[in-house]
Amino acid sequence: MRIMRSAIALASVLALGLTACGTSTDTSSPDPTTAEETTSAPAESESASEEPSESPSEGGSEGAGDVPQGDGTQTIYLVSKGFQHRFWQAVREGAEQAGEEFNYKVEFVGPQNETQVTEQLNMLKTALDSKPAAIGLAALDSGAASDLLDQIEAAGIPIIAFDSGVDSDIPLTTVQTDNYAAAQAAAEHLVELIGGQGTVGLICHDQTSQTGKQRCDGFKEYMAENAPDVTVLPEQIAGEVGLAANAAKSMIQANPDMVGLYGSNEAAATGAVQGAIESGNSELKVVGFDSGKTQIDAIKNGQQAGAVTQAPIKMGYETVVAAIKAINGQELPEVIDSGFAWYDASNIDDPEIAANLYE
Amino acid sequence: MSTTEETKTEVEHEAKKEGRSGSSFQQLLVLLALVAIYVFFMFAAPNFAQLGIAIDILSQSAYIGVMALGTTFIIATGGIDLSSGTGMSLMAVAAGIFLAAPPYWNLPLGAGLLLVLLVGALIGAINGANVAILGLPPFIATLAMMMAARGLALVISQTQTISIANPGYKNLVQGNLIPRFELGGSTIAIPNSVLIFILLAIVAAFLLNKTLLGRYALAIGSNEEATRLSGVNVRFWKMMVYIVGGLFVAIGAILYSGRFGFVQPSEGVGFELNVIAAAVIGGTSLSGGRANITGTVIGALIMQTLTKGLQMMGLRQEWQLVVTGVVVLIAVLIDIQRQRRANAA
Repeated sequence: MRIMRSAIALASVLALGLTACGTSTDTSSPDPTTAEETTSAPAESESASEEPSESPSEGGSEGAGDVPQGDGTQTIYLVSKGFQHRFWQAVREGAEQAGEEFNYKVEFVGPQNETQVTEQLNMLKTALDSKPAAIGLAALDSGAASDLLDQIEAAGIPIIAFDSGVDSDIPLTTVQTDNYAAAQAAAEHLVELIGGQGTVGLICHDQTSQTGKQRCDGFKEYMAENAPDVTVLPEQIAGEVGLAANAAKSMIQANPDMVGLYGSNEAAATGAVQGAIESGNSELKVVGFDSGKTQIDAIKNGQQAGAVTQAPIKMGYETVVAAIKAINGQELPEVIDSGFAWYDASNIDDPEIAANLYE
Repeated sequence: MSTTEETKTEVEHEAKKEGRSGSSFQQLLVLLALVAIYVFFMFAAPNFAQLGIAIDILSQSAYIGVMALGTTFIIATGGIDLSSGTGMSLMAVAAGIFLAAPPYWNLPLGAGLLLVLLVGALIGAINGANVAILGLPPFIATLAMMMAARGLALVISQTQTISIANPGYKNLVQGNLIPRFELGGSTIAIPNSVLIFILLAIVAAFLLNKTLLGRYALAIGSNEEATRLSGVNVRFWKMMVYIVGGLFVAIGAILYSGRFGFVQPSEGVGFELNVIAAAVIGGTSLSGGRANITGTVIGALIMQTLTKGLQMMGLRQEWQLVVTGVVVLIAVLIDIQRQRRANAA
C-alpha cells in the first residue's frame, strides 16, 4: 500500500505544473490575477477536490505513515502571498487535500496582491489571535514579520515557512521549490531532445537573486557533469523578452551549429523562442522555466519543446504535512523540496497540468 | 516690435551657430567610432560580417533610436527625460488594450495607433507642463513620471501579458515593405522598423534644423533668459518639445511591442538610460544648446553594434555594460574638451 501510494504520488507530482514566478519581473511568486481568473479558479479547485484519488498525496520522501492523524478539531492556518492568483489557488488546493487526508481543518488566507505587506501582517496577527495549532507563512517581506514571529513563538504555536524563507530562526522548516534541481531537470530534457550532443546556449533572467543563480548553475553544472558531448556557450543575461530575443539571435547567428537553448524564466524562454524564429532556425530545441501565456502558446504550437515548472499543489500539501508533524513534535529538515514538473506538448493539456498553468 | 523681431532672429541665428559649431567634428568622430567598432567585430566575432547582421543592428536599435530622437530635442533645451523607458512600457500596454481582442477594446489598427500617439502626447504634455509651467526641474518632473508610468502600466494591464492578435500590428513593424531579395546566396529581409527609424530620423533632422521648434529648443538650451527676453514664448515651446518627446516614445513603444505581438507591463525599466546615452554619444550636450540628430542615430547604432558584437563573441552581459559605459564616458570627455576650447576662444 505504501509503495503504491508513493508511486501515485510521484506520478502526480510529475504531472503537476505551475510557476511561482511572475512574467518577466523576478518575483518568486506570481502577480495578482484578472477578475476572469478569479472566478474560474475556485470552480476548478472544487472540481479537482471531488476526485481526491487523482490528486497528489505525500509525494515526497517521507512516508505517509509518519504523519499522525488529527481529531478534526485542530486548525492549521496558512497565510499566503496572494489569494486570487491560480498559483495560490493551487497551493490552497494541495493544503486542503492534506487537511482532509489527515483530519485537520485548514484555514487559507492571503492579501489581494503581492505588494500588500501590511495587509499580510494583519492577517498573520489574526491567525495568531485565533490560536491555531500551527501557522504557515509565505512571507512577502522576509524581515517585516519578525515581531509577530516572536509573539507566535511565545504563544507556543509552531510556524512553517513556505514558498520563500524569512530572516528568522523561528520557522521550523521552509517548504520551497528546489530551483537548482529543476534547472538540472531542464538540462536533462534538453540533452535528451538533442540526442546527447551539440552546442547549446542559455539565457538566464538574472544573475543576482538566489533563484536566478540556482536556475543558471543547475543547468550548467548538469551539462558539465553528465553531458560530455554537449558544448555549453557562455550564458547571456536578459530579464526582458526583447533583450533575451536579441541575445538569443546573436548566439544563434554566431554559432550556426547550435542545437539547443534554455531560458531560465518566462521572459528568457520566450525571447529564446523569438530569436530562433527570427533567425529561421526551426530545428533548434528551446526549453524554458515556469509557465505564462507566451510559453504555453509556444509549447502548444511547437515552437518551444517544453519547460519545467514549480508544483504548487505539492507545496500546499507539504506545508500542511510539515505543520502536522510540528504539532506532534516531530523533527523537520531545514528545507523541504516542494518539487517541480516537466511539461511539453504531450502533457500540457492533462487536467492536472492544465488546471494549474497560469497565463 | 521690430527690435524684438530682430533680437529673435539674432537669438535663432546664435542658437543655430552654437548648435552647429564643433558638432561636425564630433559627428565625424562618432561616425569613425562606429566604423571602427564594426570593422573590429567583423574580424573578432564569428559570422558577424553579413548584411543580415547589419540589418539586425538597425532593426534592434530602432526603438531606442526613435525614442532618442525625441529625447534629443528635450536635451537640447537643457532638460532631460527619465520617463522614456517606463513611458514606453505604458504606451505599449496601452497599445495592447486598444488593439487586443475582447475583453480589450479591439479597435481598428489606425484608431488604436492614433490613440497610442495621443497617450504619448499626453505623457509628454504632463512632463512639459510640470517643467515649463510649474517650474519643476526636468530631472524631478520626469523622474516622477518614470515612477508613475511604471505603476500605471501595471495597473491598466492588471499585470497580465496582453496578446495583440491584430496581424496588421506585427506586420507594421516586422513586415517587409521592401520585398525580400537574394544577395550572395542568402535572403535579405529589411523589416519595416528599419524604414520607420530612417524616416523618423529625417523628420527629426528637419524639425531640429529647419523649424522654429528646433531653433527655439536650441536657443532655450543655450540661454533661456535671453530667449525669453527676446520675445520667444519659452513656456509654449518647452511644452511642445516635451510633447514631441512623448510622441517619439509612443512610436518607440509600437516598434518595441510590434516585434512580439504581445505586451508585458514590466518591460522598459532602464531603457531611458540607453536613450540618453545614444543622444550623448552622438554629441548632444547635456547642458543644452547643442544637438545633433545624425549623431543620435549613430549613437544608438554604436550601442547596438557593441551589444550585438559582444554577444556574438560570447562575452557576458556584464562586459557589454562596462564597454558601453566606457564609450559614454569617452563621448562626454570629448564634449567637455570641445566646450573648454570654445570657451577659451
